Amino acid sequence: MKLRHLLFPIIALTLATGAAAKSTELLNVSYDPTRELYVDFNKAFIAHWKATTGEDLTIKQSHGGSGKQARGVIDGLQADVVTLALAADIDAIYEHGKQLPQDWQKRLPDNSTPYTSTIVFLVRKGNPKGIKDWDDLVKPGVSVITPNPKTSGGARWNYLAAWAYAKHKQGTDQAAQAFVTALYKNVPVLDSGARGSTTTFVQREIGDVAISWENEAMLALKEFGREKFEIIMPSLSILAEPPVAVIDRVAKKKGTTAVATAYLEYLYSDEGQEIAARNFYRPRKPEIAAKYASTFPKLELVTIDGEFGGWAKAQKTHFADGGIFDEIYQNK
Amino acid sequence: MAAVIVSSLSAPMPPTAGGAPRATHDPVWVRWTLTAVALVFLGFFLVLPLAAVFTEALWDSQKKAFRFGPYLAALRDPDALAAIKLTLITACIAVPANVIFGVAAAWLIARFQFRGKSLLSTLIDLPFAVSPVISGLIYVLVFGLPGWFGGWLDAHDIKIIFAVPGIVLATTFVTFPFVARELIPLMQAQGADEEYAAITLGANGWQTFWRVTLPNIRWGLLYGVILCNARAMGEFGAVSVVSGHIRGETNTMPLHVEILFNEFNSGGAFAVASLLALLAILTLILKSIIEWRHTRSQRS
Repeated sequence: MKLRHLLFPIIALTLATGAAAKSTELLNVSYDPTRELYVDFNKAFIAHWKATTGEDLTIKQSHGGSGKQARGVIDGLQADVVTLALAADIDAIYEHGKQLPQDWQKRLPDNSTPYTSTIVFLVRKGNPKGIKDWDDLVKPGVSVITPNPKTSGGARWNYLAAWAYAKHKQGTDQAAQAFVTALYKNVPVLDSGARGSTTTFVQREIGDVAISWENEAMLALKEFGREKFEIIMPSLSILAEPPVAVIDRVAKKKGTTAVATAYLEYLYSDEGQEIAARNFYRPRKPEIAAKYASTFPKLELVTIDGEFGGWAKAQKTHFADGGIFDEIYQNK
Repeated sequence: MAAVIVSSLSAPMPPTAGGAPRATHDPVWVRWTLTAVALVFLGFFLVLPLAAVFTEALWDSQKKAFRFGPYLAALRDPDALAAIKLTLITACIAVPANVIFGVAAAWLIARFQFRGKSLLSTLIDLPFAVSPVISGLIYVLVFGLPGWFGGWLDAHDIKIIFAVPGIVLATTFVTFPFVARELIPLMQAQGADEEYAAITLGANGWQTFWRVTLPNIRWGLLYGVILCNARAMGEFGAVSVVSGHIRGETNTMPLHVEILFNEFNSGGAFAVASLLALLAILTLILKSIIEWRHTRSQRS
């Protein structure tokens, strides 16, 4: 074998590329549906950083279910910043290994969530099953697509939105649990992340309705055409706040704290907010929100703090091992 | 393409010289029915999906024509190139490592009697027995930040998981048995007579290995290398667990296919998938050539 002749150039090539990539590098560990958002935003920030400091910057991305990504960071994935689907996943990074301070969510404005979203329904064109509100999702014969709340952040927002609706309508937690149990009886597959669910619904054509991030549903419409799918706004949903944070342990070690912080702060700038809005995330800044008001319909939104007493509590009651979701899914 | 697959499946072991003698006296229609069933099965489950991968990769549904432009663009994308490079690097490390281990283990098991021999033989099969996901998790548990060596590795700034070494380790683990499993039965069947003869004639251990053992097992070894390489390049589960999915850095080709598919870029996904399939077909062709030469060398 001429393996020797092959091996040396490969090793040399690896070393050479390793040596060439010595400019500052950030790793943004994010959740599933933000792929397109951060492709745009990274481009803008690299240009902005070059213009203000003259430094070259490379930004690497990793995407997956939010809970799975948090697990990766806990296990040592070298993330300078995390941009996950919900606060509980970043809390987990604090709890297991203290890679950032407990009050991380106070370090940036608006609970460290530069953009928000909500939970809507994606149905096939013409809405053949006549889905209008949450009640239609528990009807027999309706197949509902939603990911696994254990691994997916979006799935947890979906679950809580359904819970909030039932509780508002019927008043008690028991009724809400019965409603959510009935809902999960109609779920044929639990994908591990929101994007997996979207591809299940859109490309594999399974299910009558997908409970989805608003941004993810709008992206599906953009990618596959309005002639194939429709978005249905339920009467009540939840204000989904996907937070961002610098992972202090990694940033300190790599000496990237300043640039990582600037990266997240830039999400709040006019340009950052515009990019978020163009990628179907609801911008925080009132001026930008007003500009894109026609994109994002107004609907009644409950908050995680108001309805569930914050993420730490919701996580413990509903999604921790032995929580209500386990009970619901075992009784399926 | 189809012929290659059919021939490779019908002859999993190096075939014997000459045409095989008729083993049964079943009526003609039975033989033809069985052949037809096998061919239809192969067509549906192997050839059709494979053809679909290539069609999807090259077909432009808007223009209703085959187009190579987007196909090449998908393969020239920096992330795709990085994935191809990483896959090749991984295979270039995992395969030689398993060749050295495989030959050593097969020699040990086929030629020597020692305590714990059956235990070693069982351990070699371990990677076949456990799910690839578990193979990956083992490394996360050992080398992850909260794991056994995590703190020490972090303090010394050594990256194992979520980096290239972890991917190489997981791949090596999963492809561990291929070479050894190929060689052990071969060496046991061949026996040690020729080696004894060499030693009687005054050869030392090293000379015996290079001049007698290795030439005897070279076809089996090549066969093992090819299978090992095919799996090393195609492994998904174990690599997915230890990869961290950093684009352009820790994504191998199979992982890149998944990412492209999830980004609603099915053209790109099928382009990379077809390249992976092409590598597999190349491997099979190589394997058939080796078998053919092996048959010829046995005849002469």
